[in-house]
Amino acid sequence: MLTALVLGGFGAALLAPWVVRFAPRRAGWLLMLLPLGAFVAFARTLPAVTAGSPRTERLAWTPQLDLWLSFRLDGLALLFALLITGIGALVTLYAAHYLAGHPQLGRFYAYLFLFMSAMLGVVVADNVLAMFICWELTSLSSYALVGFEHERPQARRSALQALLVTVAGGQALMAGLLMLASMGGSFELSGLVGQGEALRAHPLYLPALLLVLAGAFTKSAQVPFHPWLPGAMEAPTPVSAYLHSATMVKAGVYLLMRLHPALGDTVPWALLLTGVGGATMLWGAARALAEVDLKRLLAYATLSVLGVLVMLLGVGTPAALHAALVYLLAHALYKGALFLLAGVVDHETGTRDVTRLSGLGRAMPFTATAAGLAALGMAGVLPVFGFIGKELVYESVLHAPRSAGLVTAASVLAFVLLVAVALMVGVRPFLGGPGTPPRAPHEAPPGLWGQPLLLAVLGLVCGLAPGLLAPLLSAAGEALRPGLGPLELSLWHGVNVALGLSVLSLAVGAAVFVGRERLLPVAGALSPPGLQAAWSFDRFLVGLNTVALWQTRLLQSGSHSRYLVLVLVSTFGLLGYTLAVRGDALLPPPTGQVEVADVGVALLTVLAAGAVVRARSRLASVTALGVVGFGVALLFLFFGAPDLALTQAIVEALTVVVFLLALLHLPRYTELSSGAVRLRDVALSLGVGGVMGLLALLAANPPPHPTISTYFLEQSVPLAHGHNVVNVILTDFRALDTLGEITVLAVAGLGVHALLKLRPAGRPRP
Amino acid sequence: MTSLILSTTTRLLQPLLLLYSLFLLVSGHDEPGGGFAGGLVAAAAFTLYAIAHDVAAARRALRFEPSTLIAVGLLLTLATGVLPLLWGKPLLTSGWMELRPWGLGPLDVGTPMLFDLGVYLVVTGVALTFVLSLAEE
Repeated sequence: MLTALVLGGFGAALLAPWVVRFAPRRAGWLLMLLPLGAFVAFARTLPAVTAGSPRTERLAWTPQLDLWLSFRLDGLALLFALLITGIGALVTLYAAHYLAGHPQLGRFYAYLFLFMSAMLGVVVADNVLAMFICWELTSLSSYALVGFEHERPQARRSALQALLVTVAGGQALMAGLLMLASMGGSFELSGLVGQGEALRAHPLYLPALLLVLAGAFTKSAQVPFHPWLPGAMEAPTPVSAYLHSATMVKAGVYLLMRLHPALGDTVPWALLLTGVGGATMLWGAARALAEVDLKRLLAYATLSVLGVLVMLLGVGTPAALHAALVYLLAHALYKGALFLLAGVVDHETGTRDVTRLSGLGRAMPFTATAAGLAALGMAGVLPVFGFIGKELVYESVLHAPRSAGLVTAASVLAFVLLVAVALMVGVRPFLGGPGTPPRAPHEAPPGLWGQPLLLAVLGLVCGLAPGLLAPLLSAAGEALRPGLGPLELSLWHGVNVALGLSVLSLAVGAAVFVGRERLLPVAGALSPPGLQAAWSFDRFLVGLNTVALWQTRLLQSGSHSRYLVLVLVSTFGLLGYTLAVRGDALLPPPTGQVEVADVGVALLTVLAAGAVVRARSRLASVTALGVVGFGVALLFLFFGAPDLALTQAIVEALTVVVFLLALLHLPRYTELSSGAVRLRDVALSLGVGGVMGLLALLAANPPPHPTISTYFLEQSVPLAHGHNVVNVILTDFRALDTLGEITVLAVAGLGVHALLKLRPAGRPRP
Repeated sequence: MTSLILSTTTRLLQPLLLLYSLFLLVSGHDEPGGGFAGGLVAAAAFTLYAIAHDVAAARRALRFEPSTLIAVGLLLTLATGVLPLLWGKPLLTSGWMELRPWGLGPLDVGTPMLFDLGVYLVVTGVALTFVLSLAEE
């Protein structure tokens, strides 16, 4: 079932454009059936999984590389799978309305389903390599989705930034995972998780941990890798809601949760996760306050919440682990809803600028209701699920094993700011007098406000009846730490310190919202333009391009003699160095009978080579070069290589023809190089010839190791039915080499064709 | 620039060269030769034709675009390589069978010969692309 769901999703990605083409009006509903069906299928496994028996499937992919399509659905994977397919179904339908009539809707769905399947693969894969491949596929599909409106330079830039940051982290992650796999002796996550003791005691623990964290932190946009996430708001809103709040950015958090039993609960883990997570939490919340664009506000708030989750994993107490799971779910519900609502507002009014939006509640009652409910979740107000999440977060940071005071103060500050952001996003646009949007607001179709309303209502239901979710979240907790125990969820925890902090953050948050204008300079000071520019991604790209340009100019100067010099010096320099260092050059030269004819041909060849250099016309030079070639062919023939001689002779003949044809187009013969350059060329030629001669002498010595040529000679007839060993090697024993060589040849032929035959229209022949 | 001597000689030489190229291709498995040398000889045959008459005539005589030859040859080698995969054998595994047509002596026929034919076509196509494109400039 797992295999079919993941692989089927990839298949659906291929088919989606056709569905849109043949049923443009119903495409949204039709395509929604797939994630919805997957959601139902996953939901049906709930009883078994929560009872503690994960579902596993295993299929050979490339077993020689330890690459298996092995899937494992435990509580944690199921929690994520339900989020991915559930929100995926809602977003699929939403996109059909949001992008209605868009000419590239089919392409959009193809990318979306590719992402959905890859993300499912990340959370249900048990094989480390399979998970990594899916991980990278999420980055790639995110690139395509962020850059979906690729006519806009800003969208392309943001897509590239997201791709480069996450893929760079992905490389680190791959190295880290491979290290873990070799340290723990297993390519299965379920196997690694059991090796926690050994992994933590391993001398390579710290490097592996740092590499894995680099992958997780870039994916989950932790400080200082975060700027790609606000940039990714260039994506169409359904994408932002799905990838950049509910699912993909949580992949890093998922990985940390998954590897918690293997790597967690050490000092470096706790310090790094608490520190980086806490910094992200504060930075995101503070920066959000300075934004006026609905989506960017939400993006920074998402950063903040990702920071909270990472920080909780760093705190690592049972309460903190449970709080991370609860808050993860609560956040997916309210933030998914708010993003979709930001899209509705944008769609209906033509702007996302909160300073221009006001009083939308009268015209858009359903949207306003959903926004209000979701904002309650974000602010953490009784009785919405977000309240429970925030209570648990406060409860766990209050009892953090290290510097509880600092962590608690930071959390309270972050939540104060998040309350203010919630009011800005979910309340301010809908209350008050009419604003100044470009278009007069009116209510959106139910296909747009229905999904966020459903998510917001789910947040309320989960808040009122939290017991419904306890079994799933408890099972997920078992994955974070075996034996973590059941999670008790209730709406009312009594009057305690956490509740006091909750009320405090609500009150101060409301005050911050009211006095926001006065706080703006402070928020603005957090990101001075100088710092941003210096650290900005653009600067980095410009630098990269400058280096690339410099290096290209150096190596690809366009001067033929420059290329020759570079190639010859590097090749023969290295060869000569190796020969000198290994002392091979001192071996005695081989002895053998030399015939008069050999000497004659050799002399003729040398003379012809001299004539090539001395010739004062190109025609003479080419002809002399032909003589050199035929001389070599004759030598091949004398020394028992008729195949080589034959080929060499024909190549020579054709080369002379090609040369002559090219000569017609060259300017008159002139001597351009100075005396010094010619001297350099002489020295270089002598060096190259000397090294090549040494090499030839060496090759004539009996080889020190047994060679494969005896095997080829013996097996040519019995195995390959051929007496011509050279040809048997070319077409049978080493046919793969030949395949590669003729492919290169074909590419060269097409290159010549393109250079000579294909020109941009209107460009005259040179 | 048409030379009567050259064009008359070419009329005789070109078919012989083509025949020789096929001979090289077929006999290559046991005697000196093979697809590479054979392909070059075939290219030489058409090059001679292009010099004796003109490039357009050589292209007409060739019937196919050189790039078509390249594509067909490459696909042929690829096909002989991939085909064994269908039987669960490794890439490029060769298959042989012994034929006795009309009671004549044993004749080994195998997939490497098809592979060599692909090499022959690619080499012919590439060499002719070089020569004919340059000659047309």
